[in-house]
Amino acid sequence: MSIDMAQFHQVFFEESFEGLDAMESGLLNLDMGDVDTEEINTIFRAAHSIKGGSGTFGFTSVSDFTHVMETLLDEMRDGRRQITQTALDVLLGSVDCLREMLTAIQDGDEINESRVAEHKKELDKELNGESAETPQIQNVAQSIDTVESSDAANENVGQTGWHIVFSPHAHLLKTGNDPVRMFRELKELGELTAIVDLQGVPSLYDLDPEDCHLSWDLKVEGDISREEIDDIFDWVEDDCDMAIQVLANNSPISQSETIDTEPNQLKSGGSSEQISEASNIKPQDIKTVQPVKKSAKPKPEKKDSKPKGSSSIRVDTAKIDTLINMVGELVITQSMLSLVGEDFSPHKLEQLKNGITQLGRNTRELQESVMNIRMLPISFVFSRFPRLVHDLSTKLNKKIELKLSGENTEVDKTVVELISDPLVHLVRNSLDHGIEMPEDRVAAGKPETGTVNLNAYHRGGNIVIEVVDDGKGLNKEVLRAKAIEKGLIEEDAILTDKQTYELIFHAGFSTAEKLTDVSGRGVGMDVVRKNIQSLGGNIEIESELGKGSTIAIHLPLTLAILDGQSVAVGDETYIVPLISIIETLNIDESMVNRVAGKGETFRLRDEYLPIVRMHEIFSVETAKATRLTEGLLVVVEGQGMRCGLFVDDLLGQQQVVIKSLEANYRRVEGISGATILGDGSVALILDIPGLVRLSNL
Amino acid sequence: MNEASNLTEVETEDEQKQVANAIQFLSFILGNEQYAVDILRVQEIRSWEPVSRIPNVPSYEKGVVNLRGAIVPVIDLRDKFNLGHAEYTPMTVVVILQTEVKGKNRIMGVVVDAVSNVIDIDKTTIQSPPEFGTKVSTEYINGLAAVDEQMVMLLDVDKLLKLDDVDEEDES
Repeated sequence: MSIDMAQFHQVFFEESFEGLDAMESGLLNLDMGDVDTEEINTIFRAAHSIKGGSGTFGFTSVSDFTHVMETLLDEMRDGRRQITQTALDVLLGSVDCLREMLTAIQDGDEINESRVAEHKKELDKELNGESAETPQIQNVAQSIDTVESSDAANENVGQTGWHIVFSPHAHLLKTGNDPVRMFRELKELGELTAIVDLQGVPSLYDLDPEDCHLSWDLKVEGDISREEIDDIFDWVEDDCDMAIQVLANNSPISQSETIDTEPNQLKSGGSSEQISEASNIKPQDIKTVQPVKKSAKPKPEKKDSKPKGSSSIRVDTAKIDTLINMVGELVITQSMLSLVGEDFSPHKLEQLKNGITQLGRNTRELQESVMNIRMLPISFVFSRFPRLVHDLSTKLNKKIELKLSGENTEVDKTVVELISDPLVHLVRNSLDHGIEMPEDRVAAGKPETGTVNLNAYHRGGNIVIEVVDDGKGLNKEVLRAKAIEKGLIEEDAILTDKQTYELIFHAGFSTAEKLTDVSGRGVGMDVVRKNIQSLGGNIEIESELGKGSTIAIHLPLTLAILDGQSVAVGDETYIVPLISIIETLNIDESMVNRVAGKGETFRLRDEYLPIVRMHEIFSVETAKATRLTEGLLVVVEGQGMRCGLFVDDLLGQQQVVIKSLEANYRRVEGISGATILGDGSVALILDIPGLVRLSNL
Repeated sequence: MNEASNLTEVETEDEQKQVANAIQFLSFILGNEQYAVDILRVQEIRSWEPVSRIPNVPSYEKGVVNLRGAIVPVIDLRDKFNLGHAEYTPMTVVVILQTEVKGKNRIMGVVVDAVSNVIDIDKTTIQSPPEFGTKVSTEYINGLAAVDEQMVMLLDVDKLLKLDDVDEEDES
């Protein structure tokens, strides 16, 4: 038993949190009228695994708590209990409570006992409240409060302990159950004497080391309730034969029971005859003692093992298989090429060319599938919204329906992690400010229930996530008045619709008449935009007064690769992200206007855009084009600002792998990163918003 | 006979090397001066190759190169120490040095005229740098040591590779 349990903690937490998410979405999907048994089963299974896991790792508070939930769910599953809204709310509350408990354990913090007790009480109330109606639930209700029920069920006062004959079936170990662990738990209940029966062990030749051939005769002494014993063996009930008897001399015989449905008294009785004092020295017995020492240890260990934020990733096996196939092909190509190279002669040139083409294809495919591994469906983010909308709409007294689409759209893991907070903010905004109160909606001739759509889809090399509501929309006049009041714009400033909506991204800008704890403090939208921009994306707003608004987030599919346009400035090559390029044009002097102090601008259709001369702001001495007619103007957009980048020439489009400049160097204004070109040299990737700032200095 | 005496000589030299106080340094030349860095900080030595210039940075920060997929900045020590610019020749080398910044390993290349030797220096014989106006501000010098009657300046790699300070200097 030298296995350090702590190494599995991280996995347990990850799985448990996933389980909690599954429970939550399951609970929200439960339709009170028409109960889907499969749905309840899913919830039940999740609860069951959490209970099992937490028991294994000794997080008893968690397993105790989950046990109560499980009981309630079990009754629902068997149809013994009506599913009511209050029961669902209590269960949802318990899910939250469980999540808090697990987070606390993960961080090595204290569990908020009072909160746990509160939730447990509510669960108990839910259980007992119903039990009066249906008598058969009585049993279950008892098992919830262990202390109470033990007194009630076992009238025997002189009880000193239990005698358990435990003979596991051969496959017990394969089910992941460990008798030693169970003995450890028994040991915690009271004085444990374990006597092992080696009778069933076959000769070494026939022995299958994965089978369990041992059976035990156990005596636990102490004031222990039957339920506590049952709890321990709960998991193995179906995989063993066992008999539990009260040890006390004066206890009534009726107390003894066989747990297993198939009576195996004979067999267990037979094994107890084999008890020999000599077997005490057997390693099995020593084993039962050792773990007790260990069980005290994990507590201090928990403190330091604190890898916050999951760094592991769950990958579809199919993805791995494709990867392995591709590596196989790569190896074949490699051996083919090395064969060609071994004694090369000019007539093998064709072969070489073919090989290189194949290598190119292999590499590209390999790259794509490796990238694919980092991709997660956006449902990881979307799945939390049903709950959020459920809670918030109750709080705000609004009727809101949430519709999700494109949950299976895949995005880079980093994007998934970082997009969730901004998205929560946007949805809250939509619920709070967007959707009107039901009576207002009816007055406006709209259906009483408001709709919020969360859509995700691919467009080009980007993923678009939209938050669409059919609420009241943004009021341009109000926005404008507010902006003037805050001094953000001049009173007579003329703004396009787009520019007006952009105003809400200013820090401290809020049009809500009153503050709520949901939103309205004016912090947030600026942060939302900053977060999205840090992911290399942008955010756009469309809105129609009285009809609703759409907020669209455009994000690059992956953060590691970008579609770039290489441009030449003198001897140097720079990469412009393709996403920010609007168009490229030749320019002649007549289009250029010079604004005093603000430098050159040119007219593009209805707009005057500033010209950013790359060779000037990057002081490139070798630039060929110094007069505007000699070079090209690349019109780019960043952070809602457009400008024309003046460069010598366009070179070509290519996918580039983004490398950090900061890893060994530092941030450089106007540069977002670097990449390595085909010839091995380094090219810098331009940061358009940064360039615009730089040119304004 | 001869061989035997040679052997003993080598042995005694080895013994000297193993003296607990000895540290190995990599020495290199900048103009007429000898400098050295702790050899444990040297990752590799490469010949000069053209760099990609970084705009709007001090002139001694020559640019960045691709070192097996990592983007590594290269600084010119002659320029940094105001020793006058020298043409890059096939003899010019880039010493890739390691440092730790905020718990993260960082590598950087420094351009020097030529590397000369690996030298053993007894810790106890290292002098602290004198306070006077050399061409190098003594800020980057850890100490002075004499090797074969010649003075070698021992550079502090961490200070040398620290760019954040440089940033502040630029702004002021």
